Amino acid sequence: MNIDSIQNGIVIDHIKAGSAMVLYDLLGLDALDVSVAIIKNVTSRKMGKKDIIKIDADIPVDLDVIGYVDPAATINVIRDGVLVEKKSLSLPKTLTNVLKCKNPRCITSCEQELDHVFRLADEEKKLYRCVYCETKAN
Amino acid sequence: MRSIIDILDLSVAELDELIAVANDIIAHPRNYQDACARKKLATLFFEPSTRTRLSFEAAMYELGGSVLSVTGGATSSVAKGESIADTAKTVSCYADIIAMRHPKEGAALVAARNASIPVINAGDGGHCHPTQTLADLLTIQREKGGFSGLTIGLCGDLKFGRTVHSLINAMSRYPDNRFILVSPEELKLPSYVKNDTLRKYGLPYVQTTDLQECLPEMDVLYMTRVQRERFFNEEDYLRLKDTYILTPDKLKNAKQELCIMHPLPRVNEISVAIDDDPRACYFKQVLNGKYMRMALILKLLKEAAL
Repeated sequence: MNIDSIQNGIVIDHIKAGSAMVLYDLLGLDALDVSVAIIKNVTSRKMGKKDIIKIDADIPVDLDVIGYVDPAATINVIRDGVLVEKKSLSLPKTLTNVLKCKNPRCITSCEQELDHVFRLADEEKKLYRCVYCETKAN
Repeated sequence: MRSIIDILDLSVAELDELIAVANDIIAHPRNYQDACARKKLATLFFEPSTRTRLSFEAAMYELGGSVLSVTGGATSSVAKGESIADTAKTVSCYADIIAMRHPKEGAALVAARNASIPVINAGDGGHCHPTQTLADLLTIQREKGGFSGLTIGLCGDLKFGRTVHSLINAMSRYPDNRFILVSPEELKLPSYVKNDTLRKYGLPYVQTTDLQECLPEMDVLYMTRVQRERFFNEEDYLRLKDTYILTPDKLKNAKQELCIMHPLPRVNEISVAIDDDPRACYFKQVLNGKYMRMALILKLLKEAAL
């Protein structure tokens, strides 16, 4: 299967197989008016299988979202067909408006314009809690 | 601007300092009667309260300050749909410090992030109630002489009981304490308190549904009310509300030096027949709460002036 290489854009590589669609949704890539390729279950020597997302435009992507979904993913920035930057990620300390607090007693349930903010409570367990009410992210 | 949302916002050294000031206020009240002259406390209470609001207001008056008060959302602009953020910004124009109670968890944090004056969380839903914990700590210090080597029983609604969560967080920072968690299955301590505090710091604890069995081991017994306002289902509340009722008969095997505490208001959890027992400390807790709030208001206003 061939996907054209991109001239100016971003390649999110080494995504855990099966996570590309989650990333696609959380990054809001459906709203972009550029070519986006989602390549699933690519054979990988390191990972066995992996997903890749190619975005045919040099747009800012929310690294916290990618780090949350898969901190092992890598970001490759391509300009004029050349790899100019490679970014590795880690679990973000806070997530703003990525997750929604589902606790009906939380202040975010009634203050519509309030940001939904989660903090990394346990790195090992990849556990995030709402900063307002301590409810676990699902 | 420094605000107090959670008891963990105060270091152990700061807790010690507040307790020392509160004890000094008890010993020398006249030294503090003008300490907050010309300062205004705004009490914003969007949920019913008798003790906490009056305690804050009495504390401010005894420090020589004055009080602006909003009680119940219905009489404020919140009823018109004003956000907590806007309310906090507005009140910052009138007062020097805010004490706020709100039924939603995290409301005080939102207020603190938007106010330009210190905010004290006077209870945000089932989440935190740090000044009740300050009252609890002063009571334990005055009754037990310190905070270490105690077996602390917590009984009743450990799920929604914000005072329980705050007290566990506070006492977990002192050495050699042990916790006995007594509750119905449905009202057990939330996993985040167990995981983030008890297990994280390796604190010994047992969970049980039987109060009487564990009572003889306790140095402190902290009773709590099953709170109707935390239930979405009235049937569940009615089924659970009278699970634990402390009576003189049940206290027969308890230690003579047991310190019986309750954040109040009580409904049926502690029989009035226990009120005259020298081990009953819950009304002392009420008074201690005022002294600790005085100490906290003093501290925050002093820091804000720097």
